[in-house]
Amino acid sequence: MSKKIQTLQEAISNYLFDGATVAMEGFTHLIPFAAGHEIIRQGFKDLELIRMTPDMIYDQLIGAGCVRKLRFSWGGNPGVGSLFRLREAIEKGYPQPMEVDEHSHAAMAAAYAAGASNMPCAIFKGYYGADLAKVNPSIKIISCPFTGERLVSVPAIRPDVTIIHAQKASKKGDVYLEGIVGVQKEAVLAARAAIVTVEEIVDELQPSGPNAVILPSWTVSAVVHVPGGAKPSYAHGYYSRDNKAYIAWEEISRDREKFAEWLNALKSNGHGI
Amino acid sequence: MEYNSTELMTVVAARILKNSDVCFVGIGLPSAACNLARLTHAPDITLIYESGTIQTKPDVLPLSIGDGELCETALTTVSVPEMFSYWLQGGRITAGFLGGAQIDKFGNINTTVVGDYHTPKVRLPGGGGAPEIAAFCHTIYVIMKQSTRAFVDKVDFITSFGHGDGPGQRKAMSLQTSGPSKIITDLCIMETEEATGEFIVTSIHPGVARETIQENTGWKVRFSEEVAVTEAPELEELEALRLLNEKTKKAHQG
Repeated sequence: MSKKIQTLQEAISNYLFDGATVAMEGFTHLIPFAAGHEIIRQGFKDLELIRMTPDMIYDQLIGAGCVRKLRFSWGGNPGVGSLFRLREAIEKGYPQPMEVDEHSHAAMAAAYAAGASNMPCAIFKGYYGADLAKVNPSIKIISCPFTGERLVSVPAIRPDVTIIHAQKASKKGDVYLEGIVGVQKEAVLAARAAIVTVEEIVDELQPSGPNAVILPSWTVSAVVHVPGGAKPSYAHGYYSRDNKAYIAWEEISRDREKFAEWLNALKSNGHGI
Repeated sequence: MEYNSTELMTVVAARILKNSDVCFVGIGLPSAACNLARLTHAPDITLIYESGTIQTKPDVLPLSIGDGELCETALTTVSVPEMFSYWLQGGRITAGFLGGAQIDKFGNINTTVVGDYHTPKVRLPGGGGAPEIAAFCHTIYVIMKQSTRAFVDKVDFITSFGHGDGPGQRKAMSLQTSGPSKIITDLCIMETEEATGEFIVTSIHPGVARETIQENTGWKVRFSEEVAVTEAPELEELEALRLLNEKTKKAHQG
Protein backbone atom coordinates (compact mmCIF):
# COMPACT_ATOMS: atom_id res chain seq x y z
CA MET A 1 0.00 0.00 0.00
CA SER A 2 1.68 3.17 -1.09
CA LYS A 3 -0.08 6.03 0.65
CA LYS A 4 -0.31 6.19 4.43
CA ILE A 5 -3.39 8.39 4.70
CA GLN A 6 -6.34 6.36 3.43
CA THR A 7 -10.12 6.47 3.55
CA LEU A 8 -11.81 4.24 6.10
CA GLN A 9 -13.27 2.10 3.32
CA GLU A 10 -9.83 1.66 1.74
CA ALA A 11 -8.04 0.88 4.99
CA ILE A 12 -10.53 -1.76 6.13
CA SER A 13 -10.68 -3.43 2.73
CA ASN A 14 -6.87 -3.29 2.31
CA TYR A 15 -5.96 -5.05 5.56
CA LEU A 16 -8.95 -7.09 6.77
CA PHE A 17 -9.80 -10.52 5.38
CA ASP A 18 -12.24 -13.29 6.28
CA GLY A 19 -10.82 -15.32 9.17
CA ALA A 20 -8.38 -12.58 10.24
CA THR A 21 -7.29 -12.16 13.84
CA VAL A 22 -8.24 -8.59 14.73
CA ALA A 23 -7.59 -6.54 17.89
CA MET A 24 -9.49 -3.28 18.33
CA GLU A 25 -8.25 -1.70 21.52
CA GLY A 26 -9.01 1.31 23.71
CA PHE A 27 -9.70 0.83 27.43
CA THR A 28 -13.12 2.51 27.68
CA HIS A 29 -11.42 5.52 26.03
CA LEU A 30 -10.74 5.92 22.26
CA ILE A 31 -12.66 2.82 21.16
CA PRO A 32 -12.55 2.61 17.33
CA PHE A 33 -16.31 2.41 16.73
CA ALA A 34 -16.34 3.89 13.22
CA ALA A 35 -13.79 1.31 12.04
CA GLY A 36 -15.82 -1.50 13.63
CA HIS A 37 -18.93 -0.32 11.82
CA GLU A 38 -17.05 -0.30 8.53
CA ILE A 39 -16.04 -3.95 9.14
CA ILE A 40 -19.74 -4.79 9.57
CA ARG A 41 -20.65 -2.89 6.40
CA GLN A 42 -17.97 -4.67 4.37
CA GLY A 43 -19.32 -7.98 5.71
CA PHE A 44 -16.17 -9.75 6.90
CA LYS A 45 -16.77 -13.23 8.35
CA ASP A 46 -15.15 -15.70 10.76
CA LEU A 47 -13.04 -13.07 12.48
CA GLU A 48 -11.11 -13.93 15.60
CA LEU A 49 -11.58 -10.82 17.71
CA ILE A 50 -9.30 -9.85 20.57
CA ARG A 51 -10.07 -7.16 23.12
CA MET A 52 -9.75 -6.88 26.89
CA THR A 53 -13.25 -5.43 27.28
CA PRO A 54 -15.41 -6.34 24.26
CA ASP A 55 -17.68 -3.35 24.96
CA MET A 56 -20.56 -2.29 22.70
CA ILE A 57 -18.42 -2.45 19.56
CA TYR A 58 -17.78 -6.22 19.78
CA ASP A 59 -21.39 -6.82 20.85
CA GLN A 60 -22.30 -5.23 17.51
CA LEU A 61 -19.77 -7.24 15.49
CA ILE A 62 -20.87 -10.48 17.22
CA GLY A 63 -24.55 -9.73 16.64
CA ALA A 64 -23.82 -8.94 12.99
CA GLY A 65 -22.39 -12.45 12.54
CA CYS A 66 -18.78 -11.43 11.85
CA VAL A 67 -17.16 -13.36 14.70
CA ARG A 68 -15.93 -16.98 14.98
CA LYS A 69 -13.81 -16.62 18.12
CA LEU A 70 -13.34 -14.10 20.94
CA ARG A 71 -10.31 -13.64 23.18
CA PHE A 72 -11.22 -11.33 26.05
CA SER A 73 -11.12 -10.67 29.79
CA TRP A 74 -14.28 -8.74 30.78
CA GLY A 75 -17.44 -8.93 28.69
CA GLY A 76 -19.93 -6.48 30.15
CA ASN A 77 -21.47 -3.12 29.23
CA PRO A 78 -19.36 -0.86 31.50
CA GLY A 79 -21.45 0.69 34.26
CA VAL A 80 -24.66 -0.72 32.74
CA GLY A 81 -24.78 -4.54 32.73
CA SER A 82 -24.74 -7.23 30.08
CA LEU A 83 -23.73 -7.36 26.44
CA PHE A 84 -26.64 -9.47 25.21
CA ARG A 85 -25.35 -10.23 21.70
CA LEU A 86 -22.18 -11.63 23.29
CA ARG A 87 -24.24 -13.59 25.82
CA GLU A 88 -26.56 -15.05 23.18
CA ALA A 89 -23.58 -16.18 21.11
CA ILE A 90 -22.13 -18.02 24.11
CA GLU A 91 -25.37 -19.22 25.73
CA LYS A 92 -27.35 -20.10 22.60
CA GLY A 93 -24.91 -20.11 19.68
CA TYR A 94 -26.85 -17.24 18.07
CA PRO A 95 -26.39 -15.90 15.38
CA GLN A 96 -23.58 -18.47 15.23
CA PRO A 97 -21.55 -20.44 17.77
CA MET A 98 -18.57 -18.51 19.09
CA GLU A 99 -15.40 -20.02 20.47
CA VAL A 100 -14.20 -18.35 23.65
CA ASP A 101 -10.61 -17.86 24.82
CA GLU A 102 -11.08 -16.17 28.18
CA HIS A 103 -8.37 -14.62 30.34
CA SER A 104 -7.90 -12.07 33.12
CA HIS A 105 -6.94 -8.44 32.47
CA ALA A 106 -3.43 -9.09 33.80
CA ALA A 107 -3.02 -11.97 31.34
CA MET A 108 -4.32 -9.99 28.36
CA ALA A 109 -2.11 -6.99 29.18
CA ALA A 110 0.93 -9.25 29.54
CA ALA A 111 0.04 -11.06 26.28
CA TYR A 112 -0.09 -7.77 24.34
CA ALA A 113 3.24 -6.69 25.82
CA ALA A 114 4.70 -10.10 24.88
CA GLY A 115 3.39 -9.71 21.33
CA ALA A 116 4.96 -6.27 21.00
CA SER A 117 8.23 -7.75 22.36
CA ASN A 118 8.24 -10.53 19.73
CA MET A 119 7.89 -13.16 22.46
CA PRO A 120 5.89 -16.37 21.82
CA CYS A 121 4.30 -16.16 25.25
CA ALA A 122 3.80 -13.94 28.26
CA ILE A 123 5.01 -14.91 31.72
CA PHE A 124 3.47 -13.41 34.84
CA LYS A 125 2.09 -14.22 38.27
CA GLY A 126 -1.63 -14.88 38.42
CA TYR A 127 -4.66 -17.18 38.34
CA TYR A 128 -3.98 -18.41 41.89
CA GLY A 129 -6.76 -20.89 42.66
CA ALA A 130 -8.79 -19.50 39.75
CA ASP A 131 -11.00 -21.92 37.78
CA LEU A 132 -10.22 -20.19 34.48
CA ALA A 133 -6.86 -21.97 34.52
CA LYS A 134 -8.78 -25.29 34.62
CA VAL A 135 -11.16 -24.59 31.73
CA ASN A 136 -8.87 -22.71 29.34
CA PRO A 137 -6.10 -25.00 27.99
CA SER A 138 -4.09 -22.00 26.78
CA ILE A 139 -3.32 -21.02 30.40
CA LYS A 140 -0.24 -22.95 31.52
CA ILE A 141 1.21 -23.08 35.02
CA ILE A 142 5.02 -23.17 34.80
CA SER A 143 7.99 -22.94 37.17
CA CYS A 144 10.57 -20.20 37.28
CA PRO A 145 13.80 -21.76 35.89
CA PHE A 146 15.82 -19.97 38.59
CA THR A 147 13.73 -20.13 41.76
CA GLY A 148 11.09 -22.76 41.00
CA GLU A 149 8.34 -20.28 41.84
CA ARG A 150 4.87 -20.92 40.37
CA LEU A 151 4.33 -18.71 37.34
CA VAL A 152 1.74 -18.56 34.56
CA SER A 153 2.18 -18.42 30.82
CA VAL A 154 -0.31 -17.55 28.09
CA PRO A 155 0.29 -17.24 24.33
CA ALA A 156 1.38 -13.79 23.12
CA ILE A 157 -1.19 -11.78 21.17
CA ARG A 158 -0.10 -11.35 17.53
CA PRO A 159 -3.06 -9.94 15.58
CA ASP A 160 -3.16 -9.89 11.78
CA VAL A 161 -4.59 -6.40 12.18
CA THR A 162 -4.81 -4.01 15.12
CA ILE A 163 -7.17 -1.06 14.91
CA ILE A 164 -7.07 1.88 17.30
CA HIS A 165 -8.41 5.42 17.45
CA ALA A 166 -6.12 8.32 18.45
CA GLN A 167 -6.34 12.07 18.87
CA LYS A 168 -3.92 13.20 16.18
CA ALA A 169 -1.69 12.20 13.31
CA SER A 170 0.71 14.26 11.26
CA LYS A 171 0.36 14.36 7.46
CA LYS A 172 3.30 11.98 7.35
CA GLY A 173 1.35 9.53 9.53
CA ASP A 174 3.00 9.81 12.95
CA VAL A 175 0.31 9.14 15.59
CA TYR A 176 -0.20 10.83 18.95
CA LEU A 177 -2.49 9.66 21.75
CA GLU A 178 -3.02 10.75 25.33
CA GLY A 179 -5.26 10.23 28.33
CA ILE A 180 -6.10 6.68 29.31
CA VAL A 181 -3.78 4.94 26.86
CA GLY A 182 -4.72 1.35 27.75
CA VAL A 183 -2.87 -1.27 25.69
CA GLN A 184 -2.98 0.54 22.34
CA LYS A 185 0.76 0.96 21.89
CA GLU A 186 1.37 -2.71 22.64
CA ALA A 187 -1.53 -3.79 20.42
CA VAL A 188 -0.16 -1.81 17.45
CA LEU A 189 3.42 -3.03 17.90
CA ALA A 190 2.22 -6.65 18.27
CA ALA A 191 0.33 -6.64 14.96
CA ARG A 192 1.28 -7.42 11.38
CA ALA A 193 -0.74 -4.43 10.17
CA ALA A 194 -2.18 -1.49 12.08
CA ILE A 195 -4.96 0.92 11.16
CA VAL A 196 -5.30 4.13 13.16
CA THR A 197 -8.33 6.40 12.91
CA VAL A 198 -7.76 9.92 14.25
CA GLU A 199 -9.72 13.00 15.26
CA GLU A 200 -7.38 15.38 13.43
CA ILE A 201 -4.63 15.36 10.87
CA VAL A 202 -2.20 18.22 11.53
CA ASP A 203 0.89 19.62 9.83
CA GLU A 204 3.01 18.84 12.82
CA LEU A 205 2.38 16.97 16.07
CA GLN A 206 2.97 19.13 19.09
CA PRO A 207 3.28 16.62 21.91
CA SER A 208 2.83 17.80 25.49
CA GLY A 209 6.34 16.63 26.36
CA PRO A 210 9.15 14.33 25.25
CA ASN A 211 7.49 11.25 26.80
CA ALA A 212 4.13 11.46 25.05
CA VAL A 213 2.77 8.26 23.52
CA ILE A 214 3.78 8.44 19.87
CA LEU A 215 3.55 5.73 17.25
CA PRO A 216 5.92 6.63 14.39
CA SER A 217 4.42 6.45 10.90
CA TRP A 218 6.55 3.43 10.03
CA THR A 219 4.83 1.37 12.75
CA VAL A 220 1.34 1.89 11.32
CA SER A 221 -0.04 0.74 7.98
CA ALA A 222 -2.79 3.27 7.47
CA VAL A 223 -4.01 6.48 9.07
CA VAL A 224 -7.61 7.52 8.54
CA HIS A 225 -9.18 10.88 9.34
CA VAL A 226 -12.44 10.05 11.18
CA PRO A 227 -13.57 12.89 13.48
CA GLY A 228 -15.88 11.43 16.14
CA GLY A 229 -14.63 7.94 15.25
CA ALA A 230 -14.62 6.82 18.89
CA LYS A 231 -18.22 7.84 19.67
CA PRO A 232 -20.11 6.86 21.83
CA SER A 233 -16.88 6.23 23.78
CA TYR A 234 -14.79 9.34 24.18
CA ALA A 235 -11.68 11.14 23.00
CA HIS A 236 -9.79 13.00 25.72
CA GLY A 237 -9.61 16.67 24.73
CA TYR A 238 -12.33 16.33 22.06
CA TYR A 239 -15.59 14.90 23.42
CA SER A 240 -16.79 13.01 26.47
CA ARG A 241 -18.30 9.57 26.86
CA ASP A 242 -21.92 9.34 25.77
CA ASN A 243 -23.15 7.45 28.81
CA LYS A 244 -26.75 7.70 27.57
CA ALA A 245 -25.85 5.75 24.44
CA TYR A 246 -24.33 2.97 26.57
CA ILE A 247 -27.48 2.86 28.70
CA ALA A 248 -29.68 2.89 25.57
CA TRP A 249 -27.67 0.01 24.07
CA GLU A 250 -29.00 -2.31 26.79
CA GLU A 251 -32.48 -2.30 25.21
CA ILE A 252 -31.24 -2.72 21.64
CA SER A 253 -28.78 -5.45 22.54
CA ARG A 254 -31.35 -7.39 24.59
CA ASP A 255 -33.81 -7.83 21.72
CA ARG A 256 -32.99 -9.66 18.47
CA GLU A 257 -35.49 -7.59 16.47
CA LYS A 258 -34.34 -4.25 17.81
CA PHE A 259 -30.77 -5.27 17.09
CA ALA A 260 -31.73 -6.26 13.52
CA GLU A 261 -33.29 -2.82 13.03
CA TRP A 262 -30.14 -1.18 14.35
CA LEU A 263 -28.03 -3.31 11.99
CA ASN A 264 -30.17 -2.46 8.96
CA ALA A 265 -29.92 1.23 9.78
CA LEU A 266 -26.14 0.97 10.05
CA LYS A 267 -25.87 -0.80 6.71
CA SER A 268 -28.30 1.45 4.85
CA ASN A 269 -27.48 4.94 6.07
CA GLY A 270 -23.97 4.43 7.25
CA HIS A 271 -24.66 5.49 10.81
CA GLY A 272 -24.74 3.58 14.06
CA ILE A 273 -26.13 5.20 17.16
CA MET B 1 -31.47 10.63 60.16
CA GLU B 2 -33.05 7.97 57.95
CA TYR B 3 -30.87 6.02 55.55
CA ASN B 4 -31.29 3.13 53.13
CA SER B 5 -29.31 -0.12 53.05
CA THR B 6 -27.10 0.94 50.13
CA GLU B 7 -26.09 4.08 52.02
CA LEU B 8 -25.38 2.02 55.11
CA MET B 9 -23.15 -0.42 53.19
CA THR B 10 -21.27 2.41 51.52
CA VAL B 11 -20.65 4.25 54.79
CA VAL B 12 -19.55 1.08 56.60
CA ALA B 13 -17.14 0.21 53.77
CA ALA B 14 -15.75 3.75 53.69
CA ARG B 15 -14.99 3.66 57.42
CA ILE B 16 -12.75 0.61 57.04
CA LEU B 17 -10.36 2.53 54.80
CA LYS B 18 -7.37 4.35 56.23
CA ASN B 19 -5.77 7.61 55.17
CA SER B 20 -2.59 5.67 54.34
CA ASP B 21 -4.33 3.09 52.12
CA VAL B 22 -3.47 2.65 48.46
CA CYS B 23 -6.72 1.36 47.13
CA PHE B 24 -7.59 -0.49 43.91
CA VAL B 25 -11.11 0.71 43.18
CA GLY B 26 -13.90 -1.01 41.27
CA ILE B 27 -16.99 0.59 39.74
CA GLY B 28 -20.23 0.91 41.72
CA LEU B 29 -20.41 0.64 45.50
CA PRO B 30 -16.61 0.29 45.96
CA SER B 31 -16.06 3.50 44.03
CA ALA B 32 -18.66 5.29 46.15
CA ALA B 33 -17.12 3.97 49.38
CA CYS B 34 -13.55 4.88 48.45
CA ASN B 35 -14.47 8.39 47.40
CA LEU B 36 -16.62 8.86 50.49
CA ALA B 37 -13.61 7.91 52.63
CA ARG B 38 -11.56 10.51 50.73
CA LEU B 39 -14.23 13.18 51.31
CA THR B 40 -14.56 12.41 55.03
CA HIS B 41 -11.93 10.82 57.30
CA ALA B 42 -9.23 9.85 54.78
CA PRO B 43 -8.43 12.91 52.64
CA ASP B 44 -5.01 11.57 51.56
CA ILE B 45 -6.11 8.07 50.56
CA THR B 46 -4.65 6.99 47.21
CA LEU B 47 -7.25 5.75 44.75
CA ILE B 48 -6.18 3.73 41.72
CA TYR B 49 -8.48 2.48 38.96
CA GLU B 50 -7.38 -0.35 36.69
CA SER B 51 -7.63 1.87 33.61
CA GLY B 52 -4.26 3.26 34.73
CA THR B 53 -5.25 6.35 36.71
CA ILE B 54 -3.12 6.77 39.85
CA GLN B 55 -4.02 9.01 42.77
CA THR B 56 -7.22 10.19 41.21
CA LYS B 57 -9.72 12.55 42.89
CA PRO B 58 -12.90 12.48 40.82
CA ASP B 59 -15.55 15.12 41.58
CA VAL B 60 -18.27 12.74 40.45
CA LEU B 61 -18.35 8.96 40.50
CA PRO B 62 -17.38 7.38 37.18
CA LEU B 63 -19.94 5.28 35.28
CA SER B 64 -17.16 3.24 33.69
CA ILE B 65 -13.72 2.21 34.88
CA GLY B 66 -12.10 4.52 32.31
CA ASP B 67 -14.17 7.74 32.46
CA GLY B 68 -12.31 10.89 31.46
CA GLU B 69 -12.93 12.35 34.92
CA LEU B 70 -10.56 9.77 36.42
CA CYS B 71 -7.69 10.69 34.10
CA GLU B 72 -8.24 14.45 34.37
CA THR B 73 -8.06 14.38 38.18
CA ALA B 74 -5.24 11.82 38.50
CA LEU B 75 -1.65 12.54 39.51
CA THR B 76 -0.56 10.39 36.61
CA THR B 77 -2.03 7.87 34.17
CA VAL B 78 -0.05 4.79 33.16
CA SER B 79 -0.67 2.12 30.53
CA VAL B 80 -2.70 -0.96 31.40
CA PRO B 81 0.25 -3.42 31.16
CA GLU B 82 2.18 -1.16 33.54
CA MET B 83 -0.79 -0.96 35.93
CA PHE B 84 -1.10 -4.72 36.23
CA SER B 85 2.61 -5.57 36.27
CA TYR B 86 4.42 -2.80 38.18
CA TRP B 87 1.64 -1.57 40.46
CA LEU B 88 -0.67 -4.52 41.17
CA GLN B 89 1.69 -7.52 40.74
CA GLY B 90 4.46 -5.32 42.15
CA GLY B 91 2.65 -5.34 45.48
CA ARG B 92 2.05 -1.59 45.75
CA ILE B 93 -1.68 -1.81 46.51
CA THR B 94 -2.80 -2.20 50.12
CA ALA B 95 -6.55 -2.65 49.68
CA GLY B 96 -8.78 -3.94 46.92
CA PHE B 97 -12.55 -4.14 46.65
CA LEU B 98 -14.42 -6.94 44.95
CA GLY B 99 -18.05 -7.82 44.43
CA GLY B 100 -19.71 -10.56 42.46
CA ALA B 101 -22.74 -12.63 41.58
CA GLN B 102 -21.87 -15.37 44.09
CA ILE B 103 -19.64 -15.72 47.15
CA ASP B 104 -19.12 -18.70 49.48
CA LYS B 105 -18.15 -18.90 53.15
CA PHE B 106 -14.44 -18.98 52.24
CA GLY B 107 -14.70 -15.76 50.25
CA ASN B 108 -14.31 -17.39 46.83
CA ILE B 109 -16.12 -15.21 44.30
CA ASN B 110 -17.88 -15.99 41.02
CA THR B 111 -18.42 -13.35 38.33
CA THR B 112 -18.05 -15.71 35.36
CA VAL B 113 -20.98 -18.12 34.84
CA VAL B 114 -24.06 -19.52 36.51
CA GLY B 115 -24.10 -23.24 35.70
CA ASP B 116 -21.42 -25.12 33.77
CA TYR B 117 -18.63 -23.05 32.20
CA HIS B 118 -18.96 -24.61 28.74
CA THR B 119 -22.79 -24.64 28.68
CA PRO B 120 -23.70 -21.78 31.01
CA LYS B 121 -27.22 -20.97 32.14
CA VAL B 122 -26.17 -17.35 32.50
CA ARG B 123 -22.99 -15.92 31.09
CA LEU B 124 -21.72 -13.15 33.41
CA PRO B 125 -19.11 -10.53 32.39
CA GLY B 126 -16.12 -12.52 33.70
CA GLY B 127 -13.15 -11.77 35.88
CA GLY B 128 -11.52 -8.68 34.39
CA GLY B 129 -8.89 -7.66 36.92
CA ALA B 130 -10.35 -9.69 39.81
CA PRO B 131 -8.21 -12.89 39.79
CA GLU B 132 -5.01 -10.90 40.28
CA ILE B 133 -6.59 -8.18 42.46
CA ALA B 134 -7.60 -10.99 44.85
CA ALA B 135 -4.02 -12.28 44.78
CA PHE B 136 -1.92 -9.15 45.09
CA CYS B 137 -3.75 -6.47 47.09
CA HIS B 138 -2.56 -6.81 50.67
CA THR B 139 -6.15 -7.27 51.77
CA ILE B 140 -9.53 -7.55 50.07
CA TYR B 141 -12.87 -6.13 51.11
CA VAL B 142 -16.05 -7.44 49.56
CA ILE B 143 -19.27 -5.42 49.28
CA MET B 144 -22.39 -7.40 48.35
CA LYS B 145 -26.10 -7.39 49.16
CA GLN B 146 -26.96 -10.49 51.12
CA SER B 147 -29.35 -13.09 49.65
CA THR B 148 -29.38 -16.87 49.31
CA ARG B 149 -28.84 -16.46 45.57
CA ALA B 150 -25.58 -14.60 46.13
CA PHE B 151 -24.32 -16.11 49.41
CA VAL B 152 -24.06 -19.75 48.36
CA ASP B 153 -22.63 -22.89 49.90
CA LYS B 154 -20.45 -23.48 46.85
CA VAL B 155 -19.83 -21.05 44.00
CA ASP B 156 -20.43 -22.41 40.48
CA PHE B 157 -17.03 -21.11 39.35
CA ILE B 158 -14.09 -19.62 41.25
CA THR B 159 -13.33 -16.43 39.35
CA SER B 160 -11.23 -15.01 42.16
CA PHE B 161 -9.79 -17.12 44.94
CA GLY B 162 -10.54 -16.38 48.57
CA HIS B 163 -9.44 -19.05 51.00
CA GLY B 164 -10.28 -22.10 48.83
CA ASP B 165 -11.92 -24.59 51.15
CA GLY B 166 -9.95 -23.94 54.30
CA PRO B 167 -7.05 -22.15 55.93
CA GLY B 168 -3.47 -22.33 54.68
CA GLN B 169 -4.28 -22.70 50.98
CA ARG B 170 -3.06 -19.24 50.05
CA LYS B 171 0.24 -19.80 51.85
CA ALA B 172 0.64 -23.16 50.11
CA MET B 173 0.63 -21.25 46.77
CA SER B 174 3.23 -18.85 48.28
CA LEU B 175 0.72 -16.00 48.34
CA GLN B 176 1.73 -13.58 51.07
CA THR B 177 -1.45 -11.49 50.96
CA SER B 178 -4.39 -11.97 53.30
CA GLY B 179 -7.13 -12.35 50.67
CA PRO B 180 -10.71 -11.40 51.49
CA SER B 181 -10.80 -10.23 55.12
CA LYS B 182 -14.17 -8.51 55.41
CA ILE B 183 -17.54 -8.82 53.70
CA ILE B 184 -19.80 -5.82 54.09
CA THR B 185 -23.43 -6.59 53.38
CA ASP B 186 -26.70 -4.74 53.87
CA LEU B 187 -27.27 -6.80 57.05
CA CYS B 188 -23.91 -7.27 58.74
CA ILE B 189 -20.13 -7.38 58.60
CA MET B 190 -18.44 -10.76 58.28
CA GLU B 191 -14.75 -11.35 58.91
CA THR B 192 -12.43 -14.28 58.26
CA GLU B 193 -11.89 -16.61 61.18
CA GLU B 194 -8.22 -17.48 61.16
CA ALA B 195 -8.52 -21.07 62.41
CA THR B 196 -11.07 -22.14 59.78
CA GLY B 197 -10.71 -19.64 56.94
CA GLU B 198 -14.50 -19.16 57.13
CA PHE B 199 -16.40 -15.92 57.25
CA ILE B 200 -18.27 -15.36 60.51
CA VAL B 201 -20.53 -12.49 61.54
CA THR B 202 -18.71 -9.97 63.75
CA SER B 203 -21.04 -6.97 63.57
CA ILE B 204 -24.77 -6.71 62.94
CA HIS B 205 -26.30 -3.57 61.45
CA PRO B 206 -28.83 -1.69 63.63
CA GLY B 207 -32.23 -3.35 63.83
CA VAL B 208 -31.24 -6.55 61.99
CA ALA B 209 -32.14 -9.92 63.59
CA ARG B 210 -29.76 -12.88 63.57
CA GLU B 211 -32.49 -14.96 61.88
CA THR B 212 -32.67 -12.49 58.99
CA ILE B 213 -28.96 -12.96 58.35
CA GLN B 214 -29.39 -16.76 58.29
CA GLU B 215 -32.46 -16.53 56.04
CA ASN B 216 -30.40 -14.63 53.49
CA THR B 217 -27.34 -16.89 53.57
CA GLY B 218 -26.90 -20.22 51.79
CA TRP B 219 -24.60 -21.72 54.43
CA LYS B 220 -24.96 -22.27 58.19
CA VAL B 221 -24.05 -18.85 59.56
CA ARG B 222 -21.73 -18.63 62.55
CA PHE B 223 -21.39 -15.64 64.84
CA SER B 224 -18.26 -14.52 66.70
CA GLU B 225 -18.28 -14.78 70.50
CA GLU B 226 -18.78 -11.06 70.82
CA VAL B 227 -20.94 -9.58 68.12
CA ALA B 228 -20.93 -5.79 67.81
CA VAL B 229 -23.75 -3.58 66.65
CA THR B 230 -22.63 -1.57 63.63
CA GLU B 231 -22.66 2.16 64.33
CA ALA B 232 -25.37 3.84 62.29
CA PRO B 233 -24.19 6.32 59.64
CA GLU B 234 -23.64 9.81 60.99
CA LEU B 235 -25.19 12.94 59.60
CA GLU B 236 -22.02 14.22 57.98
CA GLU B 237 -21.26 10.87 56.35
CA LEU B 238 -24.74 10.72 54.86
CA GLU B 239 -24.58 14.32 53.70
CA ALA B 240 -21.24 13.82 52.00
CA LEU B 241 -22.47 10.64 50.29
CA ARG B 242 -25.73 12.21 49.11
CA LEU B 243 -23.97 15.25 47.73
CA LEU B 244 -21.57 12.98 45.83
CA ASN B 245 -24.46 10.90 44.43
CA GLU B 246 -26.38 14.03 43.46
CA LYS B 247 -23.40 15.53 41.62
CA THR B 248 -22.84 12.19 39.91
CA LYS B 249 -26.45 11.90 38.76
CA LYS B 250 -26.41 15.41 37.37
CA ALA B 251 -23.14 14.86 35.51
CA HIS B 252 -24.30 11.60 33.90
CA GLN B 253 -27.63 13.04 32.83
CA GLY B 254 -25.89 15.94 31.15
